[in-house]
Amino acid sequence: MGRRGQEEAHGVDREPLITVRDVAFSRDGRAIFHDLDLTVMPGRVTVVMGGSGAGKTTLLSLIGGRLVPDAGEIRVAGENVPALSRRQLFALRRRMGMLFQSSALLTDLDVYENVAFPMREHTRLPERLIRDLVLMKLELVGLRGARRLYPAELSGGMARRVALARAIALDPLMVMYDEPFTGLDPISMGVIVKLIRDLNDALGMTSIIVTHDVAEACSIADDIYLLDNGRVSAHGTPAEMQKTTEPAVRQFMAGLPDGPVAFHYPARDYLADLQSAGHA
Amino acid sequence: MNPLAGIGGAVGALGRRALAGIARLGRATLFIARLVPSLGGAWKRARLIVQQLYMTGVLTFVIILVSGAFVGMILALQGYNTLVRYDAQSSLGLLVALALTRELGPVLTALLFAGRAGSALTAEIGLMKATEQLAGMEMMAVDPLLRVVAPRFWAGWIAVPLLAMIFTAVGIIGAYVVAVAVLGLDGGVFWSQMQAGVSVTNDVIGGLIKSVVFGFVISWIAVFEGYDAKPTSEGVSRATTRTVVSSSLAVLGLDFIMTAFMLRGL
Ligand SMILES: Nc1ncnc2c1ncn2[C@@H]1O[C@H](COP(=O)(O)OP(=O)(O)OP(=O)(O)O)[C@@H](O)[C@H]1O
Ligand SMILES: [Mg+2]
Repeated sequence: MGRRGQEEAHGVDREPLITVRDVAFSRDGRAIFHDLDLTVMPGRVTVVMGGSGAGKTTLLSLIGGRLVPDAGEIRVAGENVPALSRRQLFALRRRMGMLFQSSALLTDLDVYENVAFPMREHTRLPERLIRDLVLMKLELVGLRGARRLYPAELSGGMARRVALARAIALDPLMVMYDEPFTGLDPISMGVIVKLIRDLNDALGMTSIIVTHDVAEACSIADDIYLLDNGRVSAHGTPAEMQKTTEPAVRQFMAGLPDGPVAFHYPARDYLADLQSAGHA
Repeated sequence: MNPLAGIGGAVGALGRRALAGIARLGRATLFIARLVPSLGGAWKRARLIVQQLYMTGVLTFVIILVSGAFVGMILALQGYNTLVRYDAQSSLGLLVALALTRELGPVLTALLFAGRAGSALTAEIGLMKATEQLAGMEMMAVDPLLRVVAPRFWAGWIAVPLLAMIFTAVGIIGAYVVAVAVLGLDGGVFWSQMQAGVSVTNDVIGGLIKSVVFGFVISWIAVFEGYDAKPTSEGVSRATTRTVVSSSLAVLGLDFIMTAFMLRGL
């Protein structure tokens, strides 16, 4: 495909795994994305950063085909996601793992069965083999000993690791992580960061991480995209992002409250709002 | 504020509620249309349906037994009280059996089921939605309609007629016990009058048809409300209430319609 002129990151000469092009998406009449462009190269850890409400979760839903863009193109592993039939979409999703912001473990199954769930749903493997695979995945995230616990009995960090084990149960091509670092103590954080990196490099997966934690993002990313105002406002390696002079990027990377990036959700004039009593 | 504006506001609110109700009905229809194709496929995993049937059974069995027994006993007392005035107390068995098979068995079972199992069903599915479990399944390429909703729908649909039969049977036994032990009636007469007067084609099948319809409607409402719930704890609790209210009203309304047709068909 003739994609020369495009910002092919760092001269890697392979086909991108994910391309998002000119995507527009709005919800309840409010534009969340317009002209969104980004590329995820295979085998790399791509981090998408943005403030709360910037549309990070929405972006993952678009890539996973749970939402359909109003315009533009989303390609994953060569397939045009919005145009897929439900059946084709499900076939593609078997090759995608996703870690939800809330873990999304099935509460009526224990840890073991949660990890076994995708295998039982999608394969006809004998029980012995499923057992071995589940234990392997749980060993990877350090929770082999917790396999008989139920999700309600897990801490937030443990639940996230179980969800990770489940996300990689079928050895997917890529894993999407929605805020994998929030609400973790420093040790669990370190464990998760290392785990994501190891999975990416050892198992040859591609990782897309969505987060607002600048430090972790920089420590793990190969590529960083910064979302702001419904589009990519900056893009580069962690080093490039940190020494950029662009004010909006600097503001985000340094966590400054004042700057070009608005902290407020769009609203009418503050004074006018205060004076118009009686209308919420 | 002037009174006219108040009235205007009230009318507006009424209109909005009506529109919201109609929109919900539309969504419920679309939902069942999407669910129906999954219903056949759910039997490939009959284990899931049996599991759900067991869960609903556990939830409702005792309440059905106890209510059935009491309703039967009360019917016997009340029925005797009236029949004895016309010296017709030998028809007590028939009266009780007809009342239970045609009306009280199916209707009361359906109401109890809606309150106990229907609301639980809505809450369960709603919570799965609120905690992103359904979205998680979608992303694992598992269809929640097939995996979660269809087995629960089937289980509810099957459970209601079975429970209605149990309710009716227990009710008749309760009435028999009261008739013989308390009112001193002859047990043989009680049964033989019932046997002679209850028609299988009209009364038993008619009652069964009713409870099959009720089972379908309650399960539909319960799974729809759970699936359609706003994914918050408040949204789920509202959906749960709506399940009980709408399915109870639906059961009574449909009962009236079906009764009218069945009696005319007699
Ligand atoms: N179900 C929904 N219906 C309507 N609007 C929504 C819905 N979900 C999200 N939005 C809106 O879309 C925008 C982006 O939401 P999104 O969840 O993608 O943000 P995010 O970047 O993931 O934020 P966070 O870091 O807080 O998770 C928000 O402004 C939000 O108001
Ligand atoms: Mg989010």
